[in-house]
Amino acid sequence: MNVSTIHDIGYRHYEGKRLGRAYVTRSIFVHNLRAAYGLGRPARAKVMPFVLAGIMLLPAVGDIAVVAIAKRPEALFPYTRYQFMLQLIISIFVATQAPVLASREIRFHTVPLYFSRPVVHLDLVLAKLAAFTTALFALTAIPITVLYVGGLVTQVPDSGTQLLHYLGGLLACLLLSLVLGAIGLLVAAFTPRRGFGVAAVIAVLLVSSVLVSVVQEITQHAGHWTLSGWLGLLTPYSLVDAVAYRLLGGKLPDIAVPGVGGGFAALGVCAVIVAGAVVVLYSRFRKAGLS
Amino acid sequence: MPPIIATRGLSMRFPRVTALDDLTLAAPPGVVGLVGANGAGKSTLIKILLGLLPPSSGGAEVLGLDIARQGDEIRRLVGFMPEYECLPPDVSATEFVVHMARMCGLPPTAARERAADTLRHVGLYEERYRPIGGYSTGMRQRVKLAQALVHDPRLVFLDEPTNGLDPAGRDEMLGLIRRIGHEFGISVLVTSHLLGELERICDHVVVIDGGRLLRSQAVEAYTEASGVLVVEVDEGRDDLGRWLHERGAAVHPEGRQLMIDIGDETVYDLVRDGSAELGLRLVRMEQRRHHIEELFATAPHSAPVAVEPGAFGGPGASGEELRGGAR
Repeated sequence: MNVSTIHDIGYRHYEGKRLGRAYVTRSIFVHNLRAAYGLGRPARAKVMPFVLAGIMLLPAVGDIAVVAIAKRPEALFPYTRYQFMLQLIISIFVATQAPVLASREIRFHTVPLYFSRPVVHLDLVLAKLAAFTTALFALTAIPITVLYVGGLVTQVPDSGTQLLHYLGGLLACLLLSLVLGAIGLLVAAFTPRRGFGVAAVIAVLLVSSVLVSVVQEITQHAGHWTLSGWLGLLTPYSLVDAVAYRLLGGKLPDIAVPGVGGGFAALGVCAVIVAGAVVVLYSRFRKAGLS
Repeated sequence: MPPIIATRGLSMRFPRVTALDDLTLAAPPGVVGLVGANGAGKSTLIKILLGLLPPSSGGAEVLGLDIARQGDEIRRLVGFMPEYECLPPDVSATEFVVHMARMCGLPPTAARERAADTLRHVGLYEERYRPIGGYSTGMRQRVKLAQALVHDPRLVFLDEPTNGLDPAGRDEMLGLIRRIGHEFGISVLVTSHLLGELERICDHVVVIDGGRLLRSQAVEAYTEASGVLVVEVDEGRDDLGRWLHERGAAVHPEGRQLMIDIGDETVYDLVRDGSAELGLRLVRMEQRRHHIEELFATAPHSAPVAVEPGAFGGPGASGEELRGGAR
């Protein structure tokens, strides 16, 4: 044996396992989920998501403190309404983080590297949407979980109803995350410059919210309550609120679509948004893969 | 040995341009150079071979796999280094290459080990933990190369790997490519618009222009001995030239040297006798070799090669540009 050759072992071929499509898709999911919170990236990429996640928690913590100290269980926030109250924070999170997942790899021409490997186009899009949905779900579900646990600890009455409402709240969080994730990725994928992407997502989410609530006020003054309820389907937060109220036993929002049918209509709109976004994102990434 | 790449009548027509025109070629294992001016169809050919772009007509096989039906299999076995920038600036080389290894199905531990090994092989050490945004062009090219190699492919497509590199960086990159082909045992298809650099590292060179095949042959065939004798004498070049001309040799001056057509063996004797008679000091007498770049030479006095005139008449495809990398 020649000892001096031990240092440079030269090139070694890889003889080990090569895993399949499920593993690759899971890896894309994990990579994008980490990216959504700036993990694996410089510290400044972590600031925004974690600050926003912290802000999301503050009202819940404060509310629990009020319930505990003032002994007023009725002061506990309704679970399904929490995301509606904090929609500004959620919108900012969507706006700043959607470009990280959707437009970063298009802008830097990284997409072709995926498709020159055994990565399936649709898998990439679905994994990205799933990752962003999960990131948003964590952002919205953790505060209401804090509310629920806080309610248990401070012995808010009717723990059975509370549990049902909490589960309904979780479903509402999931639905909102899915809808916002789809809209956010869609808008960001067509605005390759990050700054524009942030602005475009903010515009779509906030402007639609403000516009719709203004028009809703006007129609309510004119006495068109039903029309006002239907208008709520035009902005993601009221849309999900309608589903939560009509189908998930959530708390009554200011105004909502009439009846269970309206709830299903709202759910249908959610499905169309998500499916449409997947189709468009699919063709967008397919095209980016050839550049 | 079966070819690594074989195309049959491959054509690719876009609405306004024809990128590939009835291209039929076969490339053997080893380091294969693909030469052509910008816009000659090199990148399009690679996209088609990766199964990303269906050709307008014709077919091709990569590693014996059909591009139309077995694209997925092909993409498992090959690596691809694009010509353009393709690296996100805000992650480290390690993070990025590990991710790309996982995209090829390597399990987490193997992906980390292979990424570390590969980055070492391409010459990235401590800096691989820093974000890519701060890298020099040379380092970026190394990361791009590493991501193409990390899953231990059987064949890599390297699209213009020396683009943007300074002479030293280019030499290192070329050395690396030669090692990939000869030491790592991975076949390489490397494109360039610079012939000189491919001549140094390739076993086989394919020349395309305007989407058509100009030549495909082993590199030695391009550089084989020509029928011209190069003679250099210390002084009195013209005296010797005249002396040879009077005795029926076809001779013309080029620089400090004389170019003499080798009709038969007696030419050597003639040069010897002439030098002796005129009392000249003979510095050099050798049979001239072709350079690949002569393929693109348009001047009439250069050595004859079998290229139809005007083959490089297309826009942007000047012989000057192609010869630019020759040393």
